Amino acid sequence: MAENSTLGDSLRRHGVSRRGFLKFCTATASLMALPPSMVPAIAAALERARRPSVIWLSFQECTGCTESLTRSHSPSVESLIFDHISLDYHHTLQAAAGEAAEAAREAAMHENKGNYILVVDGSIPLGNPGYSTIAGISNLQMLEETAKDAAAIVAVGTCAAFGGLPQANPNPTGAVSVSDIIKDKPIINVSGCPPIPTVITGVLAHFLTFGAIPELDQYNRPKVFYGQSIHDRCYRRPFYDKGLFAETFDDEGAKAGWCLYKLGCKGPMTYNACATTKWNQGTSWPVESGHGCLGCSEPRFWDAGGFYNALSVPISDNSQTVAFAAAAGLVLGAAAAGLNYKTKDEAQKAHGTVTIDDLEKKS
Amino acid sequence: MSVFEQKGSEAVSNRVMPGMTHNTLPLLHEVRHALERLLRTGDSTIIDLRAIPFGPGDEERLLSLLGEGEVVATLDVLGRTTVRESRFSGVWIVDHYNSEAERIAFQLEVIEIPALLRAQTEDMNQSLDALDSVLNTETHGPE
Repeated sequence: MAENSTLGDSLRRHGVSRRGFLKFCTATASLMALPPSMVPAIAAALERARRPSVIWLSFQECTGCTESLTRSHSPSVESLIFDHISLDYHHTLQAAAGEAAEAAREAAMHENKGNYILVVDGSIPLGNPGYSTIAGISNLQMLEETAKDAAAIVAVGTCAAFGGLPQANPNPTGAVSVSDIIKDKPIINVSGCPPIPTVITGVLAHFLTFGAIPELDQYNRPKVFYGQSIHDRCYRRPFYDKGLFAETFDDEGAKAGWCLYKLGCKGPMTYNACATTKWNQGTSWPVESGHGCLGCSEPRFWDAGGFYNALSVPISDNSQTVAFAAAAGLVLGAAAAGLNYKTKDEAQKAHGTVTIDDLEKKS
Repeated sequence: MSVFEQKGSEAVSNRVMPGMTHNTLPLLHEVRHALERLLRTGDSTIIDLRAIPFGPGDEERLLSLLGEGEVVATLDVLGRTTVRESRFSGVWIVDHYNSEAERIAFQLEVIEIPALLRAQTEDMNQSLDALDSVLNTETHGPE
């Protein structure tokens, strides 16, 4: 449970020297994507920072967001931060289950009323409460009752932030995002499928350090991580500017590291920190590995056209086009079917071979 | 592994892809401006290299151009930190690792001496108490 000691007290109890504290603040600034000139302010704030309670709820999700966080390497700075928060409920990670787990959630809510951070991953189904329940409680009911006394909500992953994959057309469960339901609490959207682990911890570190939410963009994402497009920060950008594009994934352009725009890269419309923070301890990121950005941190990215269509290819709603075509085609189709039948019949009589192309040409 | 830990220049050149290190020279220009400002006004600059969109080989090329200077210091504090002066006096490469040898911050500091190398006032106060304790024990014997 949360306690009243400050982070400064906690670090001193662990025998961390002032040099160690400075290093910790330097790494925290880097983690939060803040300029190094902020280190003195971070040091002053962290000295006073108190241990917050965190309740983590998982709804319609694949656990990829939790995996992203826990399967990442755990630098000391993040470990220290997580040593310093009180993760009071996370049903994937906690040992308790069933009624005991729910009792822990209710106790944390009661003891830290108005002060705890609620982290949510996964979307919430509105179509039928039975689509996703925890201990017999619907996701909607659990979100509403837990959000009620939270200081702030962090929606982790594109599902919680924007609806994500569960909301993709035709959205069978009626999936919605956290912000579609909760309107009276500060919500920080940490989108991505999954989000970069250091971005998740960076946002929590920001709240821990300053006791306030960071500056947000139009989609309530922290500007420090989502303020610039992948395209603008991409190391392949100079090739785009010169008009040098890979045409296939194995041509000479691809081998030379040219721009992946024509192969469907969604970098120009995607805002995230992949190009600088990278993945797996800064080893690489999708574009550096030779694949275009999928745009996973943007709303409705699953329905934003094909992953391998260039952004210049218009996005049309194929389902409607097909429906109109089908209606108009009912009349024409009957005539065409008759024609096809006649062609096929003539071919059979002549012992000829009819291909699909032949039929299409004539219909 | 930092580029300094790789043996020989061959290991470095193998990782550099020609035509992919677009960000090296602009960054080196930034370092030059920072050094000029340090000399003119005394204002120091810290550049967080993890915030720079490096392509394959950018980091290696930058470090190769910066070279190695006269001072190398290693700190053992919450994991290893190396502080190296580049061949350009006043330009320092500061590489922070955690206790599991994973990099947690990587910076260029354009400054007379990085703050982390200075003795810290709080630590010196503690040292004063510790010295008093040692002297007391040596003079009067253990309590």
